[in-house]
This record gives sequence, C-alpha cells and structure tokens, in this order.
Amino acid sequence: MVEEIGTTTEGDLIINVGPQHPATHGVLHLVITLNGETIKKVEPHLGFIHRSIEKMCESLTYRQFIYVTSRMDYLSAHINNHACALCVEKGLQIEIPARAQAIRVLMDELTRIASHELWWGAMAMDLGAFTPFFHAFRERETINDIMEETCGARLTMNYIVPGGVMQELHPDFQKRVKEFIVLYKRKIHEYDEMVTGNIIFQNRMKNVGYLSAEDAVSYGCTGPTARGSGVSCDIRKLYPYEVYDKVEFDEILETAGDSFARYMVRIREMQQSIRIIEQLIDNIPDGDFQAKTKAVLKLPKGEFYSRVETARGELGVYIVSEGGTTPYRIKFRSPGFSNLSALDHMARGGKLGDLIAMMGTLDLVIPDIDR
Amino acid sequence: MLNEELKTKITELLPSATFEEGGEWLNINIESKDWLSLAQQLRNDDSLFFNYLFCLTCIDWKTHLTMVYHLSSTKYRHNIVIRSKLDRINPEIETVSHIWRTADFHEREVYEMFGVNFLNHLDLRLLILPDGWEEKNPMRKDFEDPINMIRL
Repeated sequence: MVEEIGTTTEGDLIINVGPQHPATHGVLHLVITLNGETIKKVEPHLGFIHRSIEKMCESLTYRQFIYVTSRMDYLSAHINNHACALCVEKGLQIEIPARAQAIRVLMDELTRIASHELWWGAMAMDLGAFTPFFHAFRERETINDIMEETCGARLTMNYIVPGGVMQELHPDFQKRVKEFIVLYKRKIHEYDEMVTGNIIFQNRMKNVGYLSAEDAVSYGCTGPTARGSGVSCDIRKLYPYEVYDKVEFDEILETAGDSFARYMVRIREMQQSIRIIEQLIDNIPDGDFQAKTKAVLKLPKGEFYSRVETARGELGVYIVSEGGTTPYRIKFRSPGFSNLSALDHMARGGKLGDLIAMMGTLDLVIPDIDR
Repeated sequence: MLNEELKTKITELLPSATFEEGGEWLNINIESKDWLSLAQQLRNDDSLFFNYLFCLTCIDWKTHLTMVYHLSSTKYRHNIVIRSKLDRINPEIETVSHIWRTADFHEREVYEMFGVNFLNHLDLRLLILPDGWEEKNPMRKDFEDPINMIRL
C-alpha cells in the first residue's frame, strides 16, 4: 500500500505527504503524482487511527455508545453526541424539555466557534504564519474553560445524553459566556486585519482548489466546503432540529468555490454563531434539563436516521435496531470522509505548494474521517 | 415531490420495485440487477433529480446482506432510501461511483468491511484497512479476532 518515493513509467515523480506531517493535522497519508510541480493525482490512504467505532458500538448500549462518538470528531464532540442523542430520541419518540434544547444549541454553537478558531489558527500556520495560532488559541481557551466548568472536560465532553443533557449548567455559565462574547467582539477584527485582509494570504488562497457547485454535491461535500461553492446545505436551516427554527441566523454562502471562499464562509459563520448565542443566552427557559427516561433504553425494531450540522458539515447517524438494548448496525456518515474525497479533483492541475492551502480549507479532522 | 408522487413515478420507472412506509422517508426495495438503470434515471430525470447521495452503507443480516442508499435532491429537497438484498456468499452489485462520485470512497469502504464486490468500479481496493486485510471483512457479524476484539 505504501509507495516509495520514485518515478512512474511516464517519468512522473511520486512523493508522499504524511502519515506524519504537520499540515495533515493528524495521521493522513497522501501519495502525490507530480509532473514537475503540477499535481497529476492525489491518493489519500486512510485508516491510521481507525478504531472501528461502528463495530464497537454494536456491543454497547444506547447510553454507552455516545461516549465513543466524542472520539470521532474531537473538535466538535458536543455535536457528535447531539447527533447520536437525536437519533436515539427519534427511536424512543421522546420530547426533550425546552431548557435542554436551548442548552444543547448553546453548547453546539460554542463548539462550532472553538472548532473554527482552531481551524483558523492551524490553517494560517500551514501557510507559514505562526502568530494567528496563538491568537486563535487565546479565545479558544476561554471556551474550553467554560466547557470544563459545566461538563467537566475540555474536549470530550459527553454532556449531551439521550433525553437532554447530563447535568445542570454551572451557576457562572451565563456570566462567563457573556464575558466571552464581549471579548470575542473586541478581538474578531484582529483576525481580519491579520489574515483576511493580508494580500499574501489572499494571493495564496484565491483561485486555488476550485470546486464547482455541481462537483461539490456529487462528491457529497457539505458544510463550509460546499457552501464556499454556493451550495445551500446547512442542516440547521433545511431540516431544523431543537430550537434552530426559533433563532435568527443567516446561512453563509460564497460563490467563488476556491480556498478563499471556504475561508470566508468559516470566518463569517463564527459571527453567526455569536448571533445565535446572544439570542439564547438570556432566554434559557426554566425547567428540567433532562426528560424522564428509563434506565435501560430499548429502541423499537426499525431504522432511524438523524442529521446535524457539525463544524465540518453534515453528520448522519443511521441506527438499525432489532429491538434490543444495543444497536444491530450503526453507521456514521462523517462529513470529513466525503469532503476528503473531493481533494483529488480539486488538486489536479494545481501546484504542490497550493495543496497545503487546499487541505487547510477543507478543515480535515482525521479521527472523523477514519472513525 | 410528496411520497405518493414519488411512488407513482418510481413504479413507472421500475414496476418490480416494492415500497415500505412508516420510516422517516420512503423506502424502496429493488433487485440488485435493476440498480444501475434505476440509479441513472433517478439522477437524470428532471422531475426527480436525486443528485446528492448522502449515505451509502451495508447491513449484514447473517442470512444476506442489504445495501442501503440514502438519496436526496438539492433542488426539490425530497429524500428516498433504496435497499437491495445481496447474496451473502458472493455479494455483487453495480457501482454508482460514476453517477455520484462520493460513492467511490463509500463503496471502497463497504468493499473492505463487508466484502461486497462493486462491478465496474475503477479503483476497488482497500481504503481504511492496511495491507493483508483482503477477504477478511471485519464488519460482518461472524468476524472474530481474538486479539483485537474485546467482548463485554
């Protein structure tokens, strides 16, 4: 499976990026066929962190398997938990309390900001700038601290469970989130000054890694990757869950389809997340944080599918139940897996140096791809 | 299109298709030999326009395998689920990776995990599993690995 560095019969150079490479943000192996400096083919080799989560879940109960899913897309662990909880609730046909719904959406949006912050810092670092990384992590730390207070963990929160959320919010939660919004609004213009408006960054990202709207749909791209090509695919708008139909926010669409468009979608999406948080933070309804559920959950015989919008795109959870306490088959349709499949198409004809910019704006999280 | 209209339309395209309701979306059961022609019509018919394959997977029922395709249209926003039974000993179905290109990776995953042979797939080889895992199919129910699998 691992090709050595060498040449093909046509005289093209074969080089490897990864499995251990700073720009892959994990262990991803790309075998690249080069003609001079022009890319002829990119072939991803996956599976370096494959844990067979789908197989593992087949022997875990509906309460247990949620904890494993935090380890898939560890940058949006909340949203992964959320997708699984929604799917189980769909099977059990339970309504969750209004308070839990609001808390879930708040947590999702905080996670989305944290995830985009990390992407922004890491992407700037891929392109050779080190300072943005520190700026991004400074704000991200604040979110992680807020999460830690309420959920007890910084990355793998496991806070959203079938029926609602695990426990009551920390008493300081609202105060801390409001402080964060003030801090964030003061800092956001720094991002634009440092990176977005920088002519070097713009030249490296514009007209690089073009993906047309039709190709984006055909490759199954979702999230900011597809929205950068002008495909409306925000699950929060199209198939609203929880309180997303009651809050006001815009679906960000760019039409250029290049790396800079995908960059702009994420930058503007963070501001929309702040907008959602502002609307909800003072309006968390009173009441229970969890619906009354049985200690042992049993889903009726059948098939259930739930879709949510993670920071990277559409996450689908497909549960096939035989009526027992564990799922018979579970499939995670992860956004990164489909987004990565478009990389070869995007990169062909481009330059090797631009490949890093393309990978950066795809926002790859390898455990999410490998599962 | 509503489920009833979809039903009529798909019955026109493929009279042997059977329907199941009750789930979130319309479920359509088909024979695996009809899949390629139906897929092309679903994608190219202007009133159906299923251009987005959002999930492709396989289920091992111990007696047979079932391929499951979740399709959606970005134009009309309707969804359907296509299911096709496959023989467990020698599972074969036509590839759709030239119709929906996302199927390329998803079919390679199903190939290595379940051992389904996708006919006319241009690049059918291991994607996630390392070398030496050909013909092992770890997602099948009867797969045993005494070292790596922990039974609770």
